[in-house]
Amino acid sequence: MNRFEYVRADSVADAIRALEGPDAQALAGGTNLVDLMKYDVVRPRRVVDINRLPLRTIEAMPDGGLKIGTLVSNSELAWDRRVVKRYPLLASAILAGASAQLRNAATTGGNLLQRTRCYYFYDPSTACNKREPGSGCSAIGGVNRIHAILGASDSCIAVHPSDMCVALAALDAIVHLEGAGGRRTLSFSEFHRLPADRPQHDNTMRAGELITAIELPASDFSENYTYIKVRDRLSFAFALVSVAAALRIEDGAIVEARLALGGVAHKPWRDRGAEQGLRGKVPDQSAFSSCADAILHEAKGCGQNNFKIELARRTIIRALRQAAAGTPQDQADKVVR
Amino acid sequence: MPECPSPGGMPLTLTVNGVRRSLTVDPWVTLLDLLREQLKLTGTKKGCDQGQCGACTILIDGKRLNSCLVLAVSKDGAEITTIEGLSQNRELHPLQAAFVERDAFQCGYCTPGQICSAVGLLAEGHAHSRAEIREQMSGNICRCGAYTNIADAIEDVLRAGGLAREAAE
Repeated sequence: MNRFEYVRADSVADAIRALEGPDAQALAGGTNLVDLMKYDVVRPRRVVDINRLPLRTIEAMPDGGLKIGTLVSNSELAWDRRVVKRYPLLASAILAGASAQLRNAATTGGNLLQRTRCYYFYDPSTACNKREPGSGCSAIGGVNRIHAILGASDSCIAVHPSDMCVALAALDAIVHLEGAGGRRTLSFSEFHRLPADRPQHDNTMRAGELITAIELPASDFSENYTYIKVRDRLSFAFALVSVAAALRIEDGAIVEARLALGGVAHKPWRDRGAEQGLRGKVPDQSAFSSCADAILHEAKGCGQNNFKIELARRTIIRALRQAAAGTPQDQADKVVR
Repeated sequence: MPECPSPGGMPLTLTVNGVRRSLTVDPWVTLLDLLREQLKLTGTKKGCDQGQCGACTILIDGKRLNSCLVLAVSKDGAEITTIEGLSQNRELHPLQAAFVERDAFQCGYCTPGQICSAVGLLAEGHAHSRAEIREQMSGNICRCGAYTNIADAIEDVLRAGGLAREAAE
């Protein structure tokens, strides 16, 4: 790990001031940042410890939504009674990720900002456009079993590793930011970006900005939802493919559908056209299959990950079936039914 | 905003296994290295040093965490419990006793982390079945493959009301 200046921020304004200038990194749970520093992938000149900031509560919003402070841990969020009752999709996705120890440390904002687990990004001896812009992509033509099948570019085929973010994407969460230029909000879809020719940018935050909160709009997907994560081990592994599905069903027909995919792209993948296509449909195999085809018609493998296309198709169908039946995947149950 | 006086480290106060310690530490030192190198509490093990194996699991303010991913300076004022602090009055913690009873180890390297993790699991109170114990212990890898006996040991303590002791404290 490189040597750095450590600054403990006492207020949001303090933190924003300290984050100005190049190579400053905010430290929250540290589960990804400290790891990346040990690998010399990230070498901050200054580490700004934001753990003392008053951003550790979950507030009820007047419209029935929730505003989650950026420092709320993954565990606190997953087991919060309001989240379990009203946003069980989010609770389930969180519990599908990492381990209990990591979830105790990792924070809400930090989860959005975690970096890809592409092997080459983590290995400074290899070329990687995300780590070192212009150096090339070792995953293209390399070992790419875990890489993207949607939205990738000639510069980067890395995937975003989060489970929580897949649920947040499906739930249309809002990201609250604060920086030297003031406060602003971004829709969840606007927050993360596709790699295009600038894969060094995972998201659309401006330099020196801080995530202060994630807002969950009021919604009712607590009956018909599921989060299915398919991975190489039964637990504590990143997704090869994951699907968050949420439906509203009235009089035997789908009136609203939300679907987000993890493990397949540089950001949680939403396809609003495919979601629209489910509206008014009877929730059956043919509707689910058409939806999966619509999402994946432009999916492209890069060799070792070709299997993910069929895996994603089947996982989408299975997730929609579980959501429609109101039988969500229990993350301790290792059989996907 | 206190800034790091560089060089020379930063002042840090921790309560480790009930003993208050005033320390000076460089900001890049992890809690794991502080415990092992400076405090000579080598019960906490360094395995992968990347948050993947769980051998370094300790309790910070009652919660289980991977000490290898925590910068020590960020925990100023915290209460730390390591494997050395679990037994009381020379009596093994119920989980330590259960691990012995169930022979829940072979080489023993992962055991301090397994036990601290299990203490955290019982305090969290979210595991009610063997499947949930296994899922919630997935952050602790045992290279010898003693998982069956580890789950047995934790299940024994859970069934015996593992929370009673914590609640009484």
